[in-house]
Amino acid sequence: MAAGTSGTPVGVTVRIQAQDFDIAGEIEALTGGRTDIGAVVSFTGLCRDEGGRLSALELEHYPGMAERAIRAIAEKAVTRFELCGITAIHRHGAIPPGGNIVLVVAAAPHRQAAFDGASFLMDYLKTDAPFWKKEHLKVGGAGEWVSAKDADDEAKAKWAEALRQSGQ
Amino acid sequence: MSVRIVYFAWVRERIGKGSEEIEIPAGVTTVGDLIAHLSTLGEEYEAAFQVPGVIRAALDEEHADHDEPIGQAREIALFPPMTGG
Repeated sequence: MAAGTSGTPVGVTVRIQAQDFDIAGEIEALTGGRTDIGAVVSFTGLCRDEGGRLSALELEHYPGMAERAIRAIAEKAVTRFELCGITAIHRHGAIPPGGNIVLVVAAAPHRQAAFDGASFLMDYLKTDAPFWKKEHLKVGGAGEWVSAKDADDEAKAKWAEALRQSGQ
Repeated sequence: MSVRIVYFAWVRERIGKGSEEIEIPAGVTTVGDLIAHLSTLGEEYEAAFQVPGVIRAALDEEHADHDEPIGQAREIALFPPMTGG
């Protein structure tokens, strides 16, 4: 628990797990019993079937470092956007099309901070959290490892640029 | 000095194992030196590290650049760019 700006404890919850998550339950866990939160943004990343080609995505991760890396990003998001709390859950193992992969819930007094907090965490998670996706195909079994996208690096870079421009 | 090396994703698949203990030879001081050394250990390592610039590293679970000294790290991870989320 990090100390919030108002002195209210800030909840940073990070879990790496094989099982699915309950989005409504995670929102309730973050906001329940509190009266200082005015905005909650949740983002869920799902497995696409890529035009019907995929039977599953296999998510490999580096145990220990995966949680540590996401927690470090979540704590930065709390400080930078003055969040009331943030939850990040990332699944590993085989996930079929339509299945949940990642959940981020960000809570703040006002909506912009909640949107920014969730977006910031996802942009950093994409490039800094040690997870790798491998495609499993409907025809032909194991496919290729998913390649990292330049667009993900650019999405992360824009946050550093925004911070630089704000003169903080 | 012996250190535990862990591999992930296609680096792990090409080398054919998820982890191993490696004796660090004299002269190998940075992450980049280690990758260059591993590349000489056989064709499976050569295949994994044929484009050294794309390989990412972590020293004791913290991201590290190729010019970073290995120092007293107990576990060194080598892996492709990350694709989670």
